[in-house]
Order: sequence, then structure tokens, then C-alpha cells
Amino acid sequence: MEAFTIHTGRAVPLRRSDVDTDQIIPSEWLKRIERTGFGAGLFSEWRADEGFVFNNPAYAGASILVAGPDFGTGSSREHAVWALQDYGFRAVISPRFADIFRGNALGNGLLPVQLPAETVEALQTAAEQDPTVEITVDLAAREVRGAGLVAPFELDDFTRWRLMEGLDDVGLTLRHEELITGFETTRPAWLPSVA
Amino acid sequence: MGRTLAEKVWDAHVVRRVDGEPDLLYIDLHLVHEVTSPQAFEALRLAGRPVRRPDLTLATEDHNVPTTNTLAPIADPISAAQVETLRKNCAEFGVRLYPMNDPGQGIVHVVGPQLGLSQPGMTIVCGDSHTSTHGAFGALAFGIGTSQVEHVLATQTLPQRRPKTMAVTVEGDLPAGVTAKDLILAIIARIGTGGGAGHIIEYRGAAVRGLSMEGRMTVCNMSIEAGARAGMIAPDDTTFEYLAGRAHAATGPAWDEAVAYWRTLASDDDAVFDREVVIDAASLTPYVTWGTNPGQAAPLGSRIPAPADYADPAARASVERALAYMGLTAGVPLSEVAVDTVFIGSCTNGRISDLRAAADVLRGRRVADGVRALVVPGSMQVKAEAEAEGLDEVFRAAGAQWRSAGCSMCLGMNPDTLRPGERSASTSNRNFEGRQGPGGRTHLVSPAVAAATAVTGRLTAPAQL
Ligand code: SF4
Repeated sequence: MEAFTIHTGRAVPLRRSDVDTDQIIPSEWLKRIERTGFGAGLFSEWRADEGFVFNNPAYAGASILVAGPDFGTGSSREHAVWALQDYGFRAVISPRFADIFRGNALGNGLLPVQLPAETVEALQTAAEQDPTVEITVDLAAREVRGAGLVAPFELDDFTRWRLMEGLDDVGLTLRHEELITGFETTRPAWLPSVA
Repeated sequence: MGRTLAEKVWDAHVVRRVDGEPDLLYIDLHLVHEVTSPQAFEALRLAGRPVRRPDLTLATEDHNVPTTNTLAPIADPISAAQVETLRKNCAEFGVRLYPMNDPGQGIVHVVGPQLGLSQPGMTIVCGDSHTSTHGAFGALAFGIGTSQVEHVLATQTLPQRRPKTMAVTVEGDLPAGVTAKDLILAIIARIGTGGGAGHIIEYRGAAVRGLSMEGRMTVCNMSIEAGARAGMIAPDDTTFEYLAGRAHAATGPAWDEAVAYWRTLASDDDAVFDREVVIDAASLTPYVTWGTNPGQAAPLGSRIPAPADYADPAARASVERALAYMGLTAGVPLSEVAVDTVFIGSCTNGRISDLRAAADVLRGRRVADGVRALVVPGSMQVKAEAEAEGLDEVFRAAGAQWRSAGCSMCLGMNPDTLRPGERSASTSNRNFEGRQGPGGRTHLVSPAVAAATAVTGRLTAPAQL
């Protein structure tokens, strides 16, 4: 996983709430067995509409998505995170994220930044008025800066450390293998087994 | 202080707890399907790691599988490759798989319960958000992403922060003609698609206790549509009766020991929930969705809402957008909305009692001209049961198509899709834009309403026939 410390980039304003993962990456894309190449499918249904913000060349190359509340609802597909990353996003800002999406994003080093609705709106307005405006997402300081505002965000110390180090969970967990083995000896015998 | 059901199950699975870090939870059952697993197996292969507990891991083919001509090779080469990849991965890593045409095959959330693998007090995960279904047994069951699938395959554990708890208490009894599906649609309409975010919901109250296991699964299944991490119902005699004698349930003294433990799982009287919502069952009627998220639902007897009814500008914009996408006009009675497709199936409503409810309505009636009605059992076992009862004949005689088991039109990864502009009454769980096919329009309904709608060609409750 790519480490995340601080990132500065331009932002795409997506003024929609309840952006579900079926919209982020439609199901026809889920048949792929690779982890890469999903950027082409990002919001593919909405991109068919010329007026969709992603079709505005002024936002080409932007790396921060500023979306409405309840971003990433619905299906657990991690492909949604892969698509956003493959398209070039490093962070998504929203007033609220769906739980599974948030977990998937954190697992891949795509930073989900939760900010109050007014702050998100202010960022969207700024990016609409001037698509060249740059925003900095500073994980070390847990702060978003830019467009004339400074907004702190919350993220627990452990997750922040893991992201800044770019550590993957499997490696971290396997450090505690003896605890897992110990736990397994305490499991009741009536628990079902597939075998 | 007392603990909730969710807290009890959680605490019993903590492998490692350190201040400031997520708890490391042991996973009792890991269900796997073809769509969200290939990249996870690939990562194991690259790291040279085995599957830690193949005996606690079960795979099935469901999302991509065709529901007609199942003996022929899968026509779509990309779907075929994905299914083939699962077969290879399961063979290589020693994971038990129920492939297409196997009598054990079916939708992952139908297979676990029917085998008796989903039991009270367990932790169950799957790379699929509707894993919340298994919470109906009093298990802590939740959907995970592919990186987490890899994590569970490699370690049989998952680092997780404990969500908050929320009680949804449904007081009184459901009126006749009101089903578990209507109940959960009404709950989501009330609390919203983000209403359960960060929470595990426990459904309680007389109306919930009165539900069958299959009804409870329908309710817990859609917890994710309210944004909840999981949904749970405390196990009781209904649960134990359902489990007794199933293939993977314990027997003899081990069964007694299990039941004794399961009886301790109910939330303590003095347990405190972070949030509580009370719903009056007696006030409920059949519910349908009119919009493009599952929270945009209303009683079938009501009218399509107008954007102006909503004070919040964001909600107003979302309603406006939804009505435009759905091609609906505010103020029109929902019962006048005409559909061209009816889909009965999915992990929400593809179980035997769902098919019985639909067959009861269709028996002796005909699907309206111009309406395509698909009945897709949730598993091969459900299919066999339905056929043994003659339900397939009822559906065929009514003019509906009787299919083989799979996810089918719930998400349209197989050939069963809506064409642009087509409108369905569907017993599945998501009415997102394009969910059942690009440009398709979905109304979520119960199996009984789906069947009645097939008969009239308009959204209809059986009582109106
Ligand atoms: S039936 Fe639908 S919701 Fe259920 S697992 Fe299949 S695709 Fe997902």
C-alpha cells in the first residue's frame, strides 16, 4: 500500500448525496479478476451525460473528490476504491461515508476525509468557481487546507500511523499469530465446520 | 452494566485488544463468491500464504451464473473466466465450493442458513454487503471488501473497531398482508439510508419475535440499506427449531450445550443502546420504493411525493433527480405505476416461504399481457423444494418464467437484465440507478406485491385483486 502523509491537488466537486458503489463502478466492471484498470469504469453511467462534472476538461487531473453526504453506500465492492485510485484520486472528502467503503478506502491508502457539511459545501463552491484551486490534505496534521479555509478532521492515531507507514493489515496481524492459535484452542466444539 | 447481544458476540471473539487499536476479531465462518475473491486469492498467492482455515471457509457461484441453460458453458467469456478463476482458486487452496448445477449451489446468503452453518453467536463475514442476512440467527455478520477477504483467508481474523449499537423495536403485531419486506422498507424509509451508519442494529419487539426465520433474514438482509454495519435478532425457539437437524448443526449433547449458550445471548434488560427507534407495527401497510435508493419508499396506497414536500435542499434535489430518473410524476398514486417486468428472487426474498407467498397470489391467475415475470429461486435446494410442492407449475401456469438459482436480475451480472427505460417490481434490495441493467428502473416490493403486480401490470397489493 502506498503511504499517505500529505497530498496537494485540485478537486472535483460532486454535488450528489448517497453516491452508491453501483454508480462509482457499475456491476459489468466487476467481472474482471485484476485489481487494476478500473479507472475507465469510474462513474461510467454518469459520464455518458455530457454535462457531468467529470466531463469538464477543467477538472482533468484533479486528485481530490469532494462529494455529498453518504458517499459509497450499498455494495461492498472494493472495486469502487480501486476505480477512484486508478482514475487518479488520493482522497475523497464527504460529510459522511458508508462504513464498508470507508474501511476499503483505508485498506488501500485512499484517504476518506470526513468534514462538516458546510465545509464540504464551501470546498465544492470554491472548486466550482475556480477549478485550478489547490487543496492540501495533510494527514500528519489531520487538516485540510485551501480555498481560504483550514479544517481539522478526525482519524484515530493507529489508522493514521498505519496509513503514514503504508502498512498492510495482514502483515500486522500475522505478528500476533500465537494469539490466534491460542484463541483457536478455546473455541467450543459445537461450532460448525464446513469440512 | 448489562451488555447487548452485539456486545456479547463481539466480546466472545476478541483475539487481541489493545488500547487505541482496533480489536482483532476471530471469524467463525467465511463465505466466498466469485466476484469479490479473485484479487484476494491472487494476493495470497503472491505472498505465498495458505488459507488458514479452509474448514471455516465455503464458496459458491452465484452472481454471474446464468439461470437458464445452466448445463451449457457460460456464454459471456468474462463471466465464465471469473467463475473458472474461483474454481481454480478453491482447488488450489483447498476451499469447498458449490459450483453451478451442484445441488448445494445458490446465493451465498441462502446457502449458509440452509446448511445450518449460520448459527447464533457466530461471527460471519463475506465479501458482500448483504452478509447482514445471517444476523437473523443472532450472529454478528457483516460485509467486507476484497482486502479484508484476503485478510480473513490468511489469518481467520479481522481488525475491527466496535460499532455503536442501535435498537429498532417494532411494537405490536404486523397486520394481515404486511410482510417482513414491508417492515424493513418502512424502517429504512423512517431512519434513512445513512440512519444506521456506524451502528449494529438489533431488531426487537413483538412483531420481530413473531417473524419466521426467513422473515427475519429478509429484515436483517436489508440492514445495509439503512447504512448499518450489521443487523441482528436475538436467537429464540424459532431459531433453534429452524436449525435443529440441519446438515451442519450440532447433535446430541453438543446441541444441548450450544442451545444453553445461545439462550444467554439476548441483550440484558439493563443493556444500553447508543440509539433507539420505536416503530408501531399496527400502522404498517405494504410498502414500495418510488426512488433510486431504498430509503425512498412509501405505502403502496399513497402518492408519489413531490420535491417541494422536502424542506432540506439536498433531499429536495435528490428527490427531483430520482423522479426524473424513474420517469415518475409527483402526486400520482403509486398503484397507477405500470411495470413491464417482475422479478421474484434474490438473497432478500428468494427463499421457499417467499416463493410460496408469490405462488399463493398467482395460483389460478395470469401474468398480465406485456409483463415479463421471472421467478428465480435463491438456491438449488429452494428450487428442489419448490418443485416438490408444485410451485414451479403454479408459476408456469400463470405465465411466469421458472429459473435456476442465482443472483440473476438483482444486479444483472448474468444475462437477466432490464433494458434502458424498462420498469420492474422487484423483490431484491437495491433500486439504485442502473442496478438491474443500465437505464432500468426498479421498485422494491415484497413477494406478494410482486406477484399481484405481475397480474395487473401495475403496482398492486394482493388485497386489491
Ligand atoms: S442476490 Fe443480489 S444482493 Fe444478494 S448477494 Fe446476489 S447480487 Fe448481492
